[in-house]
Amino acid sequence: MEEYALIMRHEDGKKIASPEQMEIWMKQTMDWIGGIAAQNKFVGGTGLPFDGARVVTTKNAKSVVTNGPFGEIKETIGGFITVKADSVEEAVEFAKGCPVLQGEGNSVEVRKISQSNGTH
Amino acid sequence: MFAGAFVMERQELIPHLFRTEYRKIVSVLCKRFGFDQIENAEDIASDTFATAAQTWGMNGIPKNPTAWLYHVARNKAKNYLKRNSIFKNKITPEISLQSSAPDVYENDIDLSPQNINDSQLQMMFAICNPAISVEAQIGLSLRILCGFGIEEIADGFLTNKETINKRLFRAKEKLREEKIKIEFPNSSEIEERLSTVLRTIYLLFSEGYYSASHDQVLRKELCFEAMRLCTMLIENKYTNKPEVNALISLMCFHASRFDARVNEHDELILYNEQDTNLWNADLISKGGYFLHCAATGKNLSKYHLEAAIAYWHTKREDTKDKWENILQLYNQLLQIEYSPIAALNRTYALSKTSGKTKAIIEAEKLKMDDNQFYHSLLGELYSGIDNVKAISHFQVALRLSRSAADKSILSKKLQALEKK
Repeated sequence: MEEYALIMRHEDGKKIASPEQMEIWMKQTMDWIGGIAAQNKFVGGTGLPFDGARVVTTKNAKSVVTNGPFGEIKETIGGFITVKADSVEEAVEFAKGCPVLQGEGNSVEVRKISQSNGTH
Repeated sequence: MFAGAFVMERQELIPHLFRTEYRKIVSVLCKRFGFDQIENAEDIASDTFATAAQTWGMNGIPKNPTAWLYHVARNKAKNYLKRNSIFKNKITPEISLQSSAPDVYENDIDLSPQNINDSQLQMMFAICNPAISVEAQIGLSLRILCGFGIEEIADGFLTNKETINKRLFRAKEKLREEKIKIEFPNSSEIEERLSTVLRTIYLLFSEGYYSASHDQVLRKELCFEAMRLCTMLIENKYTNKPEVNALISLMCFHASRFDARVNEHDELILYNEQDTNLWNADLISKGGYFLHCAATGKNLSKYHLEAAIAYWHTKREDTKDKWENILQLYNQLLQIEYSPIAALNRTYALSKTSGKTKAIIEAEKLKMDDNQFYHSLLGELYSGIDNVKAISHFQVALRLSRSAADKSILSKKLQALEKK
């Protein structure tokens, strides 16, 4: 069994959703994660809100810290979860259920997590 | 006539006192002697009751039977320590030439309420130790913390006395080898040690609640003993943590349905068919109180989530709100700790919020082909959607089920479907 990170990307992070819309997304996300957890395939995960977010870049060999702008980056990461799966295909099946995909242009990136202890 | 009534009274009094006092005497003595001498502590406690049975039979019941028992236990313990001390001071020095140890056996058999409570709690931590199997922890808890007889424990586990005796013997051996001390864990360990204690208490409760044993009285007693142990943790400020309150809350909510879930023929009555008048309002309100007490601190334990789920089940009405809440609680619970039953219950809740068709898709992903409850759930979900599939799932469930109560429920479901 391998572990995969499912990374949720939003095409435009600047759009602000209404609290009602947020609540619906929240519920859909919880149901999606619950469905994976019910198969005992959920490892962990977290949402990535914009409060307390910074971008660190290098300019003239110096670190520059800004509060964004996320807008300049075409896609922003909304969160990620880690799942267990027998194959990348199974991980992809989990990803297909992610409610983020209801938004045109959004994506879920599936990445295998390398195991540090050598056991797979 | 008078003598007969007297005999009856004595016959009931001693088992009653055995249940309530044996465990206290054992804990105090064992704490005083050290865990390695637990058998001696048990022997002295048993011996005290044997003496009581003899003496009370001849001389009548003393005015304060409990004080009498403590007095006799204390004397027996002192004699035991004296013998040990003589052995150590008079005989061992002959061999080892060690200086004699002071006589410390005189006044330190402390059977005060405070020391009784502390000793029992510390004993709970000693027994609920991951070094021994969970079954052994439950068995020892029943024997030493709850004062159950070996036969009762065997009945509870649906096994025989020899098996239980062997299991308890090995468990004590193991704890001795591990040099387990009867003491409170220090504050850096408390969370972790407490979680083992809570798990054992919850399993003890479940043993009673879901046991295949037909002895209703015994099953109920297992549940109430689990609740009593949990209450002891709440009464001590050192162990009165939010998750302990959450666990007692959860057990109160479950126990509130105890009288409603079995009919006069010992058959299980499903939740939806229970007479809510038989639900115990007092336990429901206690559950609510403890859930409120549990709502502090940062940690959301699985007991919090299970208590909240159990709370929603104290409301019979099938509202959207109820099932949506239950679904979200199961979603969270499964992220903290997966269990097959939580996965199945989550899917049932999903059928209530999103319909059977969607729930069937999710249920079939669970692939628990050898789980009776998985097939029961699918049978339930397919009923009215595809009765042929429903029947075949109920048939598999029936084949996998072991308890008579489950078999009877499944047969009834099958009969109802086959008529359609």
